[in-house]
Amino acid sequence: MSTDTSSPLRNIKARRTTIQNIARNLKTAPISAWFGMIVILIYAIFAIFAPWLAPHSENEIIGKAYEHGSSIALLGTDQIGRDLYSRLIYGARNTIGIAVLTTLVSFLVGGSLGVLAALKRGWLDQGVSRVVDAFLAIPVLIFALMMLAVVGKSIVNLIIILALLDATRVFRLSRAVALNAVVMDYVESAKLRGEGMGWIVFKEIVPNILPPLITEFGLRFCFVFLTIAALSFLGVGVQPPTADWGSMVAENKTLITFGNPAPLYPAAAIALLTVAVNFVVDWFLHKTSGLRDGK
Amino acid sequence: MHPVLKTVLQRLGLGVLTLFAVSIIIFSSLQMLPGGYAQNILGHGATPETVKNFNHELGLDRPAVVRYVEWIGNAVRGDFGNSYSGTTGTIKRSVSGIIAPRLYNTFFLAAMAAIVAVPLSLLLGVLAALYRNSWYDRIVNSVTLTTIAMPEFFIAYILMFFFAVKYRWFYSLSTVSETTTFWEHVSRATLPALTMTLVIIAHMMRMTRASIINLLASPYIEMAQLKGVSKSQVILRHALPNAWAPIATVIAFNLAYLVVGVVVVEVVYVYPGIGQMMVDAVSSRDMPVVQACALIFAATYILLNLLADIVSITTNPRLLHPK
Repeated sequence: MSTDTSSPLRNIKARRTTIQNIARNLKTAPISAWFGMIVILIYAIFAIFAPWLAPHSENEIIGKAYEHGSSIALLGTDQIGRDLYSRLIYGARNTIGIAVLTTLVSFLVGGSLGVLAALKRGWLDQGVSRVVDAFLAIPVLIFALMMLAVVGKSIVNLIIILALLDATRVFRLSRAVALNAVVMDYVESAKLRGEGMGWIVFKEIVPNILPPLITEFGLRFCFVFLTIAALSFLGVGVQPPTADWGSMVAENKTLITFGNPAPLYPAAAIALLTVAVNFVVDWFLHKTSGLRDGK
Repeated sequence: MHPVLKTVLQRLGLGVLTLFAVSIIIFSSLQMLPGGYAQNILGHGATPETVKNFNHELGLDRPAVVRYVEWIGNAVRGDFGNSYSGTTGTIKRSVSGIIAPRLYNTFFLAAMAAIVAVPLSLLLGVLAALYRNSWYDRIVNSVTLTTIAMPEFFIAYILMFFFAVKYRWFYSLSTVSETTTFWEHVSRATLPALTMTLVIIAHMMRMTRASIINLLASPYIEMAQLKGVSKSQVILRHALPNAWAPIATVIAFNLAYLVVGVVVVEVVYVYPGIGQMMVDAVSSRDMPVVQACALIFAATYILLNLLADIVSITTNPRLLHPK
């Protein structure tokens, strides 16, 4: 784009604001992406306003165990008589909150290490890359199970372990995309101008590697979310009495053999959110990479 | 040396190195705990003597290097030491004794899923790639995207709800023992195998489709079409030789995925496999069992990926016909 501000062409049409740009992009979004965004929005509302939306509190016992749905308990009660519907709403807050926090930590650690490794190269890059290679050879779920056995079950441990394991995957991607960016002329000219590290990283590299990283954030979130759900389902993730979708499935699993679909609701809540995020990520991927076919 | 042999040997060496690194990570996981494993297990009330005795009992008071060499040396021979859950009593249960029958069960289940899933998903994936953007492709695409996004236990419970509880076609719990006959075993493992099949078919299909589409977009395929080569010849003679590598990678990647999926599915159906055992051991913090399971899972994962690499090297036309 021309930087010549005196050109009369610049005055004909003002530069679009960020909001206008977002609105323009949203207009072209396919139905699947709209569906995904609306679902995510609904989940976010439930997660944020859980105490006002839930008819009962998280751990209030309102009736007998395993009651069927009624006007008091919309979806029935769980194994000790708590309202399943209310716990489902609180579960949104806990389960999604933990997953988002884990993904954020993982991107903070993995992303900064990746960009730093690409920028500095040398022994730092070599050292971190080889360690990460070894970690990549172990499935996350298996490694997380092992580490939880060592340090014990708790939410903090769960977040730290998963974030660090996931950071190895983030490191790989951010290093790869940052490597492409650091060899660009604009980085070279910034260096020659005498800009500091902070400027080069945040003004030159990060804006250029952001689109693939945002896409990856969506995918990593899905992965982390599913892994936490699996671990909680296995009884080693989020511990009771915290309402969490994965552990709610496990707590109510005996109901299924009696033909009561109660354990399917939290499982479906997990599935719907991951499907929604996937739809949005898919659209974003097509937009940013100009990819028409392929995956 | 022939370039194929050289590359294969290099890859094998790298595989062994990875296994070594992974075994060190798994072994040292026990060392990472601040305050030590014994203190953590016994609680803060434990006296220094109890901690010392506990450590001595488990051999944790010896240097880590010595213990690692001993552990890995025995593990290679199939001996993983004794389970912690038996150490306080007089009966010591050997880890390999507990693992062996369960390992067989897990491989039985994985094999059942793989036999159905691999050919089916390759077929569906190739068809989706050939008839790209048709209604068939679109339906398959959105269905698989949805399946991928679902947690394994959701699929498992849906199948159980309909096929075992509502219609009673299959067993809802897959209890098998050493006395179970082969066909009985197959019928009891049907539902878990079906669950895993559904999970990996989605992944495999999408990956097959993507790699075939990628391949069909290559200039030499276009060249063959422009030369007037028939469609079947284009696929069989021009595309297939180059397709082996991506297909092998897809298969290995998903079989490796099976290794992880097996943990959740076994727990859902109470199938006595190694995945369920690992989860139990994690809950009781029985480290020798956990480490043995982790090592087996990781080794399977690495070996499958290694196999895929070797297949793609040995079928690579560029390496097979060096200039």
